[in-house]
Amino acid sequence: MTSSTLIKSFERAKENGRAALLTYTVGGDPDKKTSLDIFKSIADSGVDIIECGLGHGANIGDGGAIQDSTYRALSSGIITDDIFEIIKEFKTDYETDVIIMTYQNKIMAYGEDNFLKKCINSKVSGIICVDWPWPLNLNFAKKCKENSIVFIQLLCPTTNEDRLKSILSDAHDVVYYVSMLSTTGQKLKVSSDEIKKRFNLIKEISPDKKCIIGFGITADTINDFKDTDACVVGSALCREITRSIDEKLNPATNVGNMVNDLKQKLRS
Amino acid sequence: MKLEKGIPLIDQHDPNGYWGGKFGGNQIAESLNHPIEELSREFEKLRNDETFIAERDYYFKNFVGAPTPFIKLENLTKHLGGAQIYCKLVSKATGGAHKAYNAVVHSLICKRLGKTYIGGDTGAGYAGKMLSMAAAKFNLKCKIFMGAKDVERQSINVFSMRSYGAEVVPVNSGSQTLVDAVSECMRWWTSENEEAHMCVGSTVGPTIFVKICAWSTAQISREMKKQVIDEFGEVPKDMKLINCVGGGSSAAGFWNEWIDYDNVELIGVEAGGPEGSSKHAAPLTNDSPIGVLHGATQYVIQDDQGEIEETESISAGLDYPGVSPLHCFLKETGRARYTSASDEEAIEAFQLVSKNEGFVSPSLEPSHAFAEAIKIAPKLSKDTIIVVDSCGDSAKDSKIIAERLGYKI
Repeated sequence: MTSSTLIKSFERAKENGRAALLTYTVGGDPDKKTSLDIFKSIADSGVDIIECGLGHGANIGDGGAIQDSTYRALSSGIITDDIFEIIKEFKTDYETDVIIMTYQNKIMAYGEDNFLKKCINSKVSGIICVDWPWPLNLNFAKKCKENSIVFIQLLCPTTNEDRLKSILSDAHDVVYYVSMLSTTGQKLKVSSDEIKKRFNLIKEISPDKKCIIGFGITADTINDFKDTDACVVGSALCREITRSIDEKLNPATNVGNMVNDLKQKLRS
Repeated sequence: MKLEKGIPLIDQHDPNGYWGGKFGGNQIAESLNHPIEELSREFEKLRNDETFIAERDYYFKNFVGAPTPFIKLENLTKHLGGAQIYCKLVSKATGGAHKAYNAVVHSLICKRLGKTYIGGDTGAGYAGKMLSMAAAKFNLKCKIFMGAKDVERQSINVFSMRSYGAEVVPVNSGSQTLVDAVSECMRWWTSENEEAHMCVGSTVGPTIFVKICAWSTAQISREMKKQVIDEFGEVPKDMKLINCVGGGSSAAGFWNEWIDYDNVELIGVEAGGPEGSSKHAAPLTNDSPIGVLHGATQYVIQDDQGEIEETESISAGLDYPGVSPLHCFLKETGRARYTSASDEEAIEAFQLVSKNEGFVSPSLEPSHAFAEAIKIAPKLSKDTIIVVDSCGDSAKDSKIIAERLGYKI
């Protein structure tokens, strides 16, 4: 079952004495082939889980760097099927888990059932949907579960304790803690200690659930989170893709190097 | 899907915020859940608070200038023959459009929330202009998000906003119009919601924003109901209320008090875009697919990938790919009828109304509504009363209209 492989990715990292490393890049940025190369390079650099963005132009949660990536992918004509193809091809050579992060309208337009069928077919392990909050997402989350796909519920600093408990009680094996009130890629405006305090509260309520921490984490702060379950770096990688394209360098190599460095920092 | 009588339209949603179990909702990032709950609680409290209502009415009367005139367009009626045409001259509200109502209410709410910073989106620039105006009056720091293309084509309103001390942020992403301005404003609020309040400029966005906006613009029909009864002695047996629909805030307010009157027909006119072009901003008229935009489920112009498509209209205020969940609900229940007018029809209507009436010079948005009135009036009897909401003044569009008609100004 797909979902158990996802849990194993967290456990393997824990056995190595560190948090799992997740990367976020937009699928199809800047084009299909390069995007696949980027995933492979990230996997070769030892990432634990790949978060693949299925970008949406009218997004309400992305910061500038990810918006640029989304814009590049969409303007190169990337459609939802391309994202599934990239993931499917990646999964023929790699066991690294892939999670899709997207917006509700992308799933609606594709059709919920079709979307899940394609997820299974291309071995997607989980789905994060930014603008589909609990409890509105419960029907879809149930469908995901029936298909062994983890629907990852989102939590944030202002999710009050009652809501936190309710969400956690409905959540599947993995949840995502948005570490600060912001769009992606902004400067960390809360301390690592504060973030860990909330992380610990989540773990206290639900010790068995794996909790990914995301938003504002960079090479400078990632080591602070090595004792947590998992953390995501996204905007820094998207910026690196932009820089590589601008300077006519190979984005796959550069993003891979960056991931290597992040992983070292998470270990040390 | 059924409309209930005796219950305000804005309250006819289910516990999750969906009208008819289908339109609206709060499809938002988790980070916005808390401020939206806080705002919803505050609004429910305030709408039942007599001192708040008195305060609202005070500003509506003395600052916005309520009531706006309700007048008969004698020359236009004579020119067209057929139905008698009346006009609710909402463009006489301070600032030149209906957007002042929502701006005042949001500013008052902002203060009640103990916040000193307000941000909002704008398309034609009216919503931004009125919000900046209200923010200046109520000593609030103000930030307005506006598509870069709109900043360019509505420069007169941009000038006003800056004069009132607002920071105008041109949004360069996507089509650089209202849709992108709203997205950017919501992103901003996601980061700043602990300190700042957000005003959505129309009856769109998460449920609470739809409600606050329609509750504010309802002033239009509240005062008009009295004016209609003063004029006719009773509610006319056959009355048609025609209003343009972009996001739908003006129409929602113009119709609010009349929803339960079966003899009052509600006609919404969307932007059909240039004649012969496949681009339009008329998701209701053209049965666009249902999707999620800016936190709410609605008919929205999109491709088969769920990407929002660019719209095209001469009227910046109607140039929005989605539409209020309230109008989706009114369409689905059959209570309102929706149609569209082209850019050309709107321009012709502007010319005909201005030339015949002088005192009424509609902006491009209500010119769409007048186009429909002009189309149907000659076929109707003189016992039919048509009321058009002239919700904006043409001054802001002078440049666009003059260029279109070959004048240099």
